[in-house]
Amino acid sequence: MMALSDKQDDKRDIGGPRQPLLQVRNLLKHFPLKGQGLPFSGNKSAVRAVDGINFDILKGETLGVVGESGCGKSTTARVLMQLIHQDSGELVFDGETVGSRALPLRQFRRQTQMVFQDSYSSLNPRMTIEDSIAFAPIVHGLSSRTAITRARDLLARVGLQPERFAGRYPHELSGGQRQRVNIARALALEPRLVILDEAVSALDKSVEAQVLNLLLDLKQEFGLTYLFISHDLNVVRFISDRVLVMYLGQVVEIGSADQVFDQPKHPYTRALLQSMPSMDPLQRTEVAPLAGDPPNPINPPSGCRFHTRCAYVQAPCSQQAPVFASAASGHGVACLRYEANSGVSQDAAALLETNHG
Amino acid sequence: MSTAVSSATAASTVAVFKRSRGHWANVAARILRNPTAMVAALLVLGLLFMALVAPWLMPQDPFATSMFTRLKPIGTVGHLLGTDELGRDLLSRLILGSRLSLFMGITPVLLAFVIGSGIGILAGYAGGFINTIVMRTIDVLYAFPSVLLAIALSGALGAGIVNALTSLTIVFIPQIARIAESVTTQVRRSDYVDAARASGAGAFTIVRAHVLGNVLGPIFVYSTSLISVSMILASGLSFLGLGVKPPEPEWGLMLNTLRTAIYSQPWVAALPGLFIFVTSISFNMLSDGLRSAMEVKQ
Repeated sequence: MMALSDKQDDKRDIGGPRQPLLQVRNLLKHFPLKGQGLPFSGNKSAVRAVDGINFDILKGETLGVVGESGCGKSTTARVLMQLIHQDSGELVFDGETVGSRALPLRQFRRQTQMVFQDSYSSLNPRMTIEDSIAFAPIVHGLSSRTAITRARDLLARVGLQPERFAGRYPHELSGGQRQRVNIARALALEPRLVILDEAVSALDKSVEAQVLNLLLDLKQEFGLTYLFISHDLNVVRFISDRVLVMYLGQVVEIGSADQVFDQPKHPYTRALLQSMPSMDPLQRTEVAPLAGDPPNPINPPSGCRFHTRCAYVQAPCSQQAPVFASAASGHGVACLRYEANSGVSQDAAALLETNHG
Repeated sequence: MSTAVSSATAASTVAVFKRSRGHWANVAARILRNPTAMVAALLVLGLLFMALVAPWLMPQDPFATSMFTRLKPIGTVGHLLGTDELGRDLLSRLILGSRLSLFMGITPVLLAFVIGSGIGILAGYAGGFINTIVMRTIDVLYAFPSVLLAIALSGALGAGIVNALTSLTIVFIPQIARIAESVTTQVRRSDYVDAARASGAGAFTIVRAHVLGNVLGPIFVYSTSLISVSMILASGLSFLGLGVKPPEPEWGLMLNTLRTAIYSQPWVAALPGLFIFVTSISFNMLSDGLRSAMEVKQ
């Protein structure tokens, strides 16, 4: 059994610290719609949940993912976890393609784990807490005695006394306690990457803060990398090193948390940030920064997908799809206003900078 | 389940670790507080006991005919519940008949429970194309009314106990498979199965550790409610001469042969029907009690 802590020199680290832990390349996942179009016509419509996204998760960082509901955050998480398979694109984990001979799926899963939003439905109601946590290690060949010992150890680490909680069933625990159990279960395989899909969204604010602090402590202790998906911008800012903004299945902006939150480039990110309620009554937002619902992902708008709701929309936006471009600072954006020769005037962008910067 | 067993032993070595009462212990505790279910359970146990010790309970030889004591009324000396059309002691025949009747009621359901659960869980867990193929095939069988299907199958197979059992089993498989499939599909979509998949466990391990424990309960409850149906269908087959053959005592067959006496000795003629009724209602009440004891939201 490997030691639970002290992951500073992880033997599994292949590419060194500068190699991204997970590279996502042109990931695409469409859900075909049943009963649409004629059979065998080859012209079926699909929900374009994840539509060709690219990003890296660096070693040891927390990458926050934000976006409205339905923008493909959770689908991305499930594809990353390989619970559903992508239509195209690839995942490269520490330099090795997931599913290749060098890194079979089972080995990848050992190093990547996920915490789900619904703390209750993600625990088997017929299993005791310790059995739930010990399940994965047993699957990977640990003796059940060792696995139970490790489960109890992990329970203690997530702040649940093993003597009191190990033999209990999920319904005997509160939401916060259950989410701690889910975190312990995710850690039982000693993963390097933990995907937190709205892991704290269903918790009370006070409990949420406790769990967030726990996550930060565990990250330190086990040398983890987090992909933190949330719709709560404050939480994302608090926990993330870098932030990725998604809109309708595409990445619209990536940057450090400070870059994205203090100097947002994409109009969608700006609108998203403005929609955050402010503690200062003088900062009250009078007009909703983003009107209406996001367009239907079955037939996304042409050109830039945000042009239907964008406050700075110009003529070429509905024709030409922006290309994601990264600046030297690592701050990337997919917006025509930042592309040279796109036909969209830079002035508007400059104007925005002065208004909001 | 090896994990549960090993953790139980681990828990017993470290006395401090308290294990909560499991799901089935809770179900048992709730059903013990349900008077209807308890009465039904006692009746079922009584019937099973009667079937078990039938040869020692019978006051008379159930096969001994007598032309002089035909169709005696209830309360006749020596024949407490009267006699049938051949002068055989009805109480003895009813007691011995419980063996075949219960056997014909429980066995097809048990077989269908094993086979139907297997098919349903497979289809439910596999999903997609396999599910479509399996479930549409099952639907073909399900489309026939069960009485009609049972009669048609035993008619085609020929009279006899084994053929009646086979045809009843085939009747119940689709019903149980459909329940098993829908429950399994539900469990399959739950996050804890996803979490288990994410841990790298294979399909077989997941079904064994996470699916079975959550689906067998509801399937079992549904199956117990089929026992009464099975008894009635089996009686019906015997009534039609497709199941048990005379002179073996079986409640449905007895009801059939006594129907000619319905005008001379209506109470005697109704007795096998009463036994069928009490038995099937007991099984139904017990299954209802089980259902409500298991359905409690935790």
